[in-house]
Amino acid sequence: MVSPLPLAVGVAVIALVALLVYGVSSTGPSRTLDGQLARGQKPAAPALDLTTLDTGAKRSLADYKGKVVLLNVWASWCVPCREESPLLQRWHQRMEPQGGTVLGVDTLDIKGDALDFIKKYKLTYPQLNDREGTSIKRLGTAQYPETFLIDRQGRVVALQRGPVDDAWMKQHVAPLLQQS
Amino acid sequence: VKRVCLTALLLLLIAPAASLAAACPKTSLADVEDEVMCPVCGVPLGLATEAPQANRERAFIQREVEACKSKQQIKNELVAQFGDRVLALPPQKGFNFVAYLVPALVVLGGVAAVTAVALRRRRRSDERSPGASTPALAGDDAARLEADLERYDL
Repeated sequence: MVSPLPLAVGVAVIALVALLVYGVSSTGPSRTLDGQLARGQKPAAPALDLTTLDTGAKRSLADYKGKVVLLNVWASWCVPCREESPLLQRWHQRMEPQGGTVLGVDTLDIKGDALDFIKKYKLTYPQLNDREGTSIKRLGTAQYPETFLIDRQGRVVALQRGPVDDAWMKQHVAPLLQQS
Repeated sequence: VKRVCLTALLLLLIAPAASLAAACPKTSLADVEDEVMCPVCGVPLGLATEAPQANRERAFIQREVEACKSKQQIKNELVAQFGDRVLALPPQKGFNFVAYLVPALVVLGGVAAVTAVALRRRRRSDERSPGASTPALAGDDAARLEADLERYDL
């Protein structure tokens, strides 16, 4: 018969290892979207529960259905985000008359710093906030900036993990604006 | 009289400022830094020396320190900005409770294991030598010991 003490120690060790594995695996970013896009699929954009950056009013990604949405995850402390902002503002002005919008999602940021950033770079596109960065985890976000292109049917059609450039915008956003 | 009035006026002006200076700051950046996390880096703020987000967070804490806020007030402000995950010790609710439960269970388990081992060893030693813990004396020795003890019996 197995002695109860080694058995208890064994169970405790297994439980601790399982806890460690859970902790490590639950912190890694999901790459499901990337895989689906690589296979040519257009997965439905995940439901994101966000708030407006300035007033804190509740907003959802579903509120923008019917529009071409270029969702840009950013933070005021992120250096590439600063370099990317003027390009996004230019494209927002181009998208707006064609039923599109850039949608900023500020995350893990100090609200005052984020508002200063918007003022400094004269950004006019809507700005939402994911205070703890939990909602955007559904997009597999792990670095900043990251950009997701969502069509009028609410499907993710392209993404960029890292800053976008004009060539990327011309390749992905411009054709989508032509589609009804 | 004029000089006395002027001195009194100066004292009245200086006294509140001096008391304010004595009460402020209530805490320091270093004091707050070791109790909060850099949420993006995933490490305590004190260890995130180079990260831009950590530097912003430090600047925010410094501003709050200079505004004479207490450590708890600053931690509350940080939670309002970043959520609970900014705290180095998470609040005792939901899955976070595991962070408090596991160390307590490990300590309890350790104490139980040591106690069980000690009891088992004692039981084994008792089984090996049942009865007295010292060997019994032979008949002559016992009689001699008894006689010696009687001699010293006052």
